[in-house]
Amino acid sequence: MTKVLEVRNLRTHFNTSKGTVKAVNGISYELEAGETLGIVGESGSGKSVGVMSLMKLIPMPPGEIVEGEAWFEGKDIFKMSESQLEDMRGNSMGMIFQDPMTSLNPIMTVGRQIGEALERHTKMTKDQVKNRTIELLELVGIPMAADRINNYPIQFSGGMRQRVMIAIGLACDPKLLIADEPTTALDVTIQAQITDLIAKLQKELGMSVIWITHDLGVVAGIADRVLVMYAGRIVEEATVEELFKNPRHPYTLGLLKSVPRVDADRPEKLQSIDGMPPDMTKELVGCPFYARCNYRTDKCLSQEPKLEEVGSKHRSACFVDVRSAKRTTENPYQQVTNL
Amino acid sequence: MNQVTSIENKNDDILLSIQNLKTHFEVTKGGFLNRERQTIKAVDDVSLEIKRGETLGVVGESGCGKSTTGRSILKLEASTGGSIKFRGTELTTLKGKSLRKMRKEIQMIFQDPYSSLNPRLNVEEIIGDPMLAHGLADKKTKREKVKQLLVKVGLSPEFIDRFPHEFSGGQRQRLGIARALAVEPEFIVCDEPISALDVSIQAQIINLLEDLQKEFGLTYLFIAHDLAVVRHISDKIAVMYLGKIVELADSDKLYDTPLHPYTKALLSAVPFPDPVVEKERAKTRTILTGDVPSPANPPLGCNFCTRCPERARAMSEKGIDCSKVEPEYKQAEGGHWVACHLA
Repeated sequence: MTKVLEVRNLRTHFNTSKGTVKAVNGISYELEAGETLGIVGESGSGKSVGVMSLMKLIPMPPGEIVEGEAWFEGKDIFKMSESQLEDMRGNSMGMIFQDPMTSLNPIMTVGRQIGEALERHTKMTKDQVKNRTIELLELVGIPMAADRINNYPIQFSGGMRQRVMIAIGLACDPKLLIADEPTTALDVTIQAQITDLIAKLQKELGMSVIWITHDLGVVAGIADRVLVMYAGRIVEEATVEELFKNPRHPYTLGLLKSVPRVDADRPEKLQSIDGMPPDMTKELVGCPFYARCNYRTDKCLSQEPKLEEVGSKHRSACFVDVRSAKRTTENPYQQVTNL
Repeated sequence: MNQVTSIENKNDDILLSIQNLKTHFEVTKGGFLNRERQTIKAVDDVSLEIKRGETLGVVGESGCGKSTTGRSILKLEASTGGSIKFRGTELTTLKGKSLRKMRKEIQMIFQDPYSSLNPRLNVEEIIGDPMLAHGLADKKTKREKVKQLLVKVGLSPEFIDRFPHEFSGGQRQRLGIARALAVEPEFIVCDEPISALDVSIQAQIINLLEDLQKEFGLTYLFIAHDLAVVRHISDKIAVMYLGKIVELADSDKLYDTPLHPYTKALLSAVPFPDPVVEKERAKTRTILTGDVPSPANPPLGCNFCTRCPERARAMSEKGIDCSKVEPEYKQAEGGHWVACHLA
């Protein structure tokens, strides 16, 4: 298998008036050709900033890529010039943003918005651009595409706007498609349409996909491999089957147990994760999940566990083996805040 | 409590009864001087009953009228037809003092904990002012009562002088819940109370709502688009599509034996957090084509016919053209209501 992307020790910080927010705090991962990588985490866990950094789409300042390498097509993205970056964005690396309502330009026809990427990155003639635009709209399942290229985003529904976003992301046959919560703003029947569409296109076009989401159900359906992020760090990484069958980090375990399921008996009470994510402006000592962890030990308070191999293609950042360890506390957060 | 309601309470335990509720909006459509108007039928002929202490879940896609139904009960939207009875009292015609009195009994928890709390009021005012307005506390006892309520919703009583911006999303939602509880209501409309929250916080809020229901004997109308959450919290579930209820049944029954093709498609679209199961389901998944039609111009006949995967079967088996004949909303078996020619 060939590697499409290799990220080494990426750190992205934001310098704010309240202090430095270490939004991404040293993450490393790889992505293989044709693979779908799911990135799961809560808001503020650094999952979006992590991939936005790869496209250098972070507002700088206040953002700053402090450290790290990201190898894509044999080049380090962070050493590229602005014009090299522009050649890459929307070309070999496509992006679908979360909110189809605000990410499209309201005063430009959708045809122009899709064609823009083709004009910038290819040597197509005007007619070729138009034909390819129609082809792309048909590919993402918009009926009467030839007529609709002259429409404005407001004439499209939410699901159709997201399809337009996908068409833009796919315009130049990217090697890597980054999808940042592409279905979060959509209804479940439309979500099913979009996930199905991206999976189908991926098979046809052979691209790699990074799919950011907070929905474990979506991840289970689309990902080959999953990264779980918490407080700017990767806390667990595994193949999707392994992660759901054999979670090793207490946070992953908590997440899996806290979602109600349609396909299982209803529990009397949901198991929730106590407390809330840490304040990222403060310097964290020890394990970032300490305050909410049911399995914590004294060691976790002073030392931060590293992401280490715990099985084949399975990494976890925890001192404790949750398979055999006993829960040390039932309401961890209360005890910490009472300290 | 007046005499009429107390007699009704003895007869059966139905707290809220909605009959043929219609909430239509007139909107301008354009034309000369913007004079052309059209009617959006946000809620169209909805009937349901909620028993005391029960949770009725309402699910459906955006624009199906589930929030408008909830808001119509509180008279936050003016209904244009039908009746809403709460403990036997008709709400739609209620005015002035008696309306204000009734508002104490029916409260609402809103979706967005960021925009539903007044940023200029501190916690004591947000939760305490409704108590004063309804005479449940005076200036002396208010502070103590607010502190007790904060503990009930899992917040520290020390937060009493803080302002909303000092709280996280989950904490704000707890404040919203405390505000609803402040006037000791009997019935709470929860309008997507967890969809703006993070996954790890959602379970906390669901558990809190369930605990409070047990402790205070509350009755909920729980509106959400997440089917797994609705199934967890509800006793009964109503599925809405384009302003109408298409199916209503006990939670487990609805999920085990859905009768309406729309309910089936919705359930099939929910991804399960299990990769092995998901790979199998992906092969047989019913994916609805297209979008929900505009409520300004709903399809004739059955309003789901434009997206229905079983429309051809209705024609071949029953000889019914769904685009012409509207199905009756009827009881298929005990307590299981459905509006489909095939059921």
